[in-house]
Amino acid sequence: MKVKLLENDEVKKRVLQLQKNVKIKTKDLNAYYGELHALKDVNLQIKKHKITALIGPSGCGKSTFLRTLNRLNDFIEGAKVTGDVYIDGVNIYKDKVNVVALRKKVGMVFQKPNPFPMSIYDNIAYGPRIHGIKDEKKLDEIVERSLKGAALWEEVKDRLGDSALGLSGGQQQRLCIARVLAVEPEIVLMDEPCSALDPVSTMRIEELIEQLRQNYTIVIVTHNMQQAGRISDYTAFFLNGEVIEFGETDEMFYNPRDKRTEDYITGRFG
Amino acid sequence: MDKKLIEQKIAVFLLGACIAITFFLLIAVIGHILQKGLGQISVEFLLEEPRDMGREGGIFPTIVGTIYLVVISLIISVPIGVLSAIYLTEYTRKGPILKAIRFATESLAGIPSIIFGLFGFTFFVIFLKLGWSVLSGSLTLAFMMLPTIVRASEEAIKSVPDAYRLGSFALGATKWQTIRKVVLPTALPGIITGIILGIGRAVGETAPVILTMGSALRIPWTIMQPARTMSVHLYILASEGISMEKAYGTATVLIIVVIFINFLANFVMRKMISV
Repeated sequence: MKVKLLENDEVKKRVLQLQKNVKIKTKDLNAYYGELHALKDVNLQIKKHKITALIGPSGCGKSTFLRTLNRLNDFIEGAKVTGDVYIDGVNIYKDKVNVVALRKKVGMVFQKPNPFPMSIYDNIAYGPRIHGIKDEKKLDEIVERSLKGAALWEEVKDRLGDSALGLSGGQQQRLCIARVLAVEPEIVLMDEPCSALDPVSTMRIEELIEQLRQNYTIVIVTHNMQQAGRISDYTAFFLNGEVIEFGETDEMFYNPRDKRTEDYITGRFG
Repeated sequence: MDKKLIEQKIAVFLLGACIAITFFLLIAVIGHILQKGLGQISVEFLLEEPRDMGREGGIFPTIVGTIYLVVISLIISVPIGVLSAIYLTEYTRKGPILKAIRFATESLAGIPSIIFGLFGFTFFVIFLKLGWSVLSGSLTLAFMMLPTIVRASEEAIKSVPDAYRLGSFALGATKWQTIRKVVLPTALPGIITGIILGIGRAVGETAPVILTMGSALRIPWTIMQPARTMSVHLYILASEGISMEKAYGTATVLIIVVIFINFLANFVMRKMISV
């Protein structure tokens, strides 16, 4: 499949276009969980300050791919990654990379909101604190800026000392986004951030994600085709660990090149 | 009436009855002790040294001895126990070694206390020449509490959702930062439960304490001196027929001190972990 894609002149042009502003690039990326071959030769280029959606049926490797980008797979027993991931041209697997600095630069929002069992303030201040910021004034500023950035400030400014677990699901997820923003990442990975939320909360998070595009590079896994269509600039379609198709979202949704992509997008399987 | 509904009614009744029995027994025991003992308590009883083997005077040295013993054994057992539990849950991989360690700690928790007492007597008192002392007693009790604290802490740490750990790692925290700032504070209530169970065991012991700490009635000024705890005092007062009134008085103070130590342990652990 890969070979065929590269022979296509149209795609070659697009790849060249993409390369001008590439934030993340993967080369022959493979991932294994024990016997399971979860990612097969993934070659993707993700553009700066764009939203890239990863779509595909459950278990196709989207989340695994996401976790290779901040090396969160390091913690999973039996997980193995081969190939290369370049972020701003730095190979995060081969060169002597400081994983802590990497994860500061590449933030992640999880499927289920996972605020820590502490106050709203401490949740946001957690990241800056572990990276060495102790000054109370500075922390106050960061908390306010991050909560504003995640469109949560107005709702919680009077109860920053309350437990984060008392917030609604949608608020918790925005808190988790604010927590990521507080460490000033350049890339934000989102693993189905709306799948546990009601439609209204989902809409708010989508609006937020579109705003974030100005300052961050966003990679979002979603099961929701409409969502991918609404918010993303680029889309990658994963199937059984392979990238079947990758390109501009509008192009892919209106004019899929691969039959399997078309079947998936139109809801014939998955 | 529907059979299922009848079953439901019976089940609710049984559950209620069991709670009532538990509650009644608890109230009966504590009520009995307090009723007979509260009258004994006075400033002299709390602050004076016993006279005539405890027939007269107060129990001040035994209060000091009890608190001394509990605090020192906690200082020894809590860090070792909690850190072991962290290692077992966060840093070891599942396998035969972990299973063996877990089996060993479980077995240790079930060993009768007098066996720890015998070990403490031959090892600390005689072999290490620590004599009958607060230190020998505390070391022995610390060994005894250790499995309880390890097991409870392990369970508490294991029940912390992985989502918290991943969330913390994803923000760039190291494993140790994650454990210290997220895992331990979340697991704290469970760990404290383990410590309180350990305290309960230490405060209530008599035979192993007599074997390792002696039963001297003087105030222990240093950890190398022998001492008597309230439980030992109570046991001697009652078993040798010295004074049942004083025994009840001691029991009352013992209950109050246990509750106080539990609050203290809770407070100190919270202070230490959530900085």
